[in-house]
Amino acid sequence: MNKTLSILSWIAVGLLGAAAVGVIAVRRGEPINALWLVVAATCCYALGYRFYSKFIATKILALDALRATPAERLENGRDFVVTNRWVVFGHHFAAIAGPGPLVGPVLAAQFGYLPGMLWVLAGAVFAGCVQDFVILLFSVRRDGKSLTEMAKEEIGRVGGFVAYTAVIAILVILLGVAALIVVNALKDSPWGTFTIAMTIPIALLMGLYLRRIRPGKVLEVSALGFVLVLLAIWGGQWASQNSTMASVFTLRAPTLAILIIVYGFAASALPVWLLLAPRDYLSTFVKLGTIALLGIGIVALHPTLHMPALTRFIDGTGPVFAGKVFPFAFITIACGAISGFHALISSGTTPKLIARETETRIVGYGAMMAESAVAVMAIIAACVLQPGIYFAINSPAGVVGQTAVTATATISSWGFPVTAGDMQALAHAVGEQTLFNRTGGAPAFAVGMAHIFSQSLGGATVMALWYHFAVMFEALFILTILDAGTRVARFMIQDALGHIYKPLGRTSWYPSILATSALVVGAWGFFLWQGVKDPLGGINSLWPLFGIANQLLATVALCVATTIIIKMHRTRYAAVTLAPLAWLVAVTFTASWHKILDPNPRVGFLAQARVLEAGPATSATARLIFNNRLDAALTAVLVVMVALVLIESVRQWIAVLSGREEARVKESPFVMTRLAEERG
Amino acid sequence: MSRVVEVVRIVLATLREIFDEAAYERFLRRSQMMSSTEAYAAFRQEFEAAKARRPKCC
Repeated sequence: MNKTLSILSWIAVGLLGAAAVGVIAVRRGEPINALWLVVAATCCYALGYRFYSKFIATKILALDALRATPAERLENGRDFVVTNRWVVFGHHFAAIAGPGPLVGPVLAAQFGYLPGMLWVLAGAVFAGCVQDFVILLFSVRRDGKSLTEMAKEEIGRVGGFVAYTAVIAILVILLGVAALIVVNALKDSPWGTFTIAMTIPIALLMGLYLRRIRPGKVLEVSALGFVLVLLAIWGGQWASQNSTMASVFTLRAPTLAILIIVYGFAASALPVWLLLAPRDYLSTFVKLGTIALLGIGIVALHPTLHMPALTRFIDGTGPVFAGKVFPFAFITIACGAISGFHALISSGTTPKLIARETETRIVGYGAMMAESAVAVMAIIAACVLQPGIYFAINSPAGVVGQTAVTATATISSWGFPVTAGDMQALAHAVGEQTLFNRTGGAPAFAVGMAHIFSQSLGGATVMALWYHFAVMFEALFILTILDAGTRVARFMIQDALGHIYKPLGRTSWYPSILATSALVVGAWGFFLWQGVKDPLGGINSLWPLFGIANQLLATVALCVATTIIIKMHRTRYAAVTLAPLAWLVAVTFTASWHKILDPNPRVGFLAQARVLEAGPATSATARLIFNNRLDAALTAVLVVMVALVLIESVRQWIAVLSGREEARVKESPFVMTRLAEERG
Repeated sequence: MSRVVEVVRIVLATLREIFDEAAYERFLRRSQMMSSTEAYAAFRQEFEAAKARRPKCC
């Protein structure tokens, strides 16, 4: 009876999911309710988890609850700790959920909600979740080894080298793009800048409280910090209305860029002083709270989506970023569907906490589903806006025009009516002077989020507070990623340089600290400066570059996974990782081709350099030409690396399948768990 | 009721793990120290080196 009920329930979930996806895919010409997206996502995740992840767990990975994990075998109370699966789930989700799943889907909404939504669902269920799950399990079976080490052992030295280089490249580009998003969100915004500036004394206070008053009570002090941040948001309104304060906190993009570069260098070079750790905790607290609030707000309000399913910009003429829906929608969505960066976390701290192999399914596959759900929320937040407003916020002045009148006229001529009055009223409602040309995705997301929150809680009168809460939320945790990412990159470079000259590898030797910090900050600072000075909006070309680098790392992770699956004699199921790998290769190669060689100067770096060369020379022309050529060279290097890893992997597969090489996986030997007896 | 208590317990444990309170407790157990300003400073010193190498995703 129970089995029959279960079968009928799953059939109902399948039918409901199919109906919801059908409505999303087929409905044209009239707005749909956001609840359809929520229902489609819930059903797809439920079906994917129940059936697809179970198929992978039993048929391919053969998860063994009796096999002791490294957390049990190597327990040391520090890195290796047997931990409750839900606790590991929370830990893993907090590490993988960054600004990517929020910003990427907002930018990709220029194609309409349909391409982004379909890719977020299919990409997560068939690619992203699978990658995170299998890499986590393979790392658990190898004493928690990192992706780079597994790539070196299973594919060869080239795989290891490419994984290492890709990580550095992603970090550098990501940090540059992330910093640019913060600059675009805070420029000419005294309220936002004041609130973010206030997080520094708040963090100092939290640090003192933690050290002197209540040592170790992080949760308690983070809650206190959260309340103080809310007060800082409220105080920002006063600062923006006070002429003296407003003039101090109204900063132009280049000034903000310099401040952020200085902050990044200080965060990397100085010892971890009172400020950094408390900021990290504060940002985590705000992040988890806001994501939960947004989810509740969307379900409670179930707003109408005003963006059409498909816009005319699928042809590649989009103002937010140029390029056709294929491949650029799939590059832009990034972490909401699949992220190579997750493979680093799945082979980092998480495998050292897993108590049983069977728990890798909920942690690896399940946490990525939760991240994908965050991307669905971002799509909804962007698409609840009137399309004209969405495009006015996200389009750079170089595309739509410098003034409010020309911008609204251009956007209205595309079939998305908007007036200068609408934009002025919206800017006034959220406490900004203007919302035109606020590129980067963060301000549009903040407006969408404020729209949802204000309708659920407090009404239009508190829209400005919610908007600045959203801006603060994004800026705060992007800044946390900036300082954490800069330090991670610095350590990686120091590790590598230590092989050449030993003192350079010492993380406490100040000449090395200063030199490597300057190297990392200089690298991402270059991309930030390039973005600030780019007349086409910077994010236009930088975000696809980040997407390509991130997908490259996912390609390496899937190459490692496929190689191990073949070596495990599960070749007939290799399509589980081979299919997403093939898709990613198609996307990455096509996108790279366009970014380097496309004759459209808004898409191709070299075409843009040629146009600049042919046009009137200004003081910035030579630098912009150099930037474009450098971006083209960087993209070419990335794509050559993909090709190298692929060739190495295919060579391995052929050698194993033809019997020329023994299929030997580098797993740790089986040890029977003691936890099974303890738990019964 | 017991199910609700269990959920609350897990949520709190998750937050304590994310916010390193659980790591601090393990440190105190391992080093057989009582919680104090000095103990917390020693914990941060030991912990930061590992934490700074931990990547965070985008």
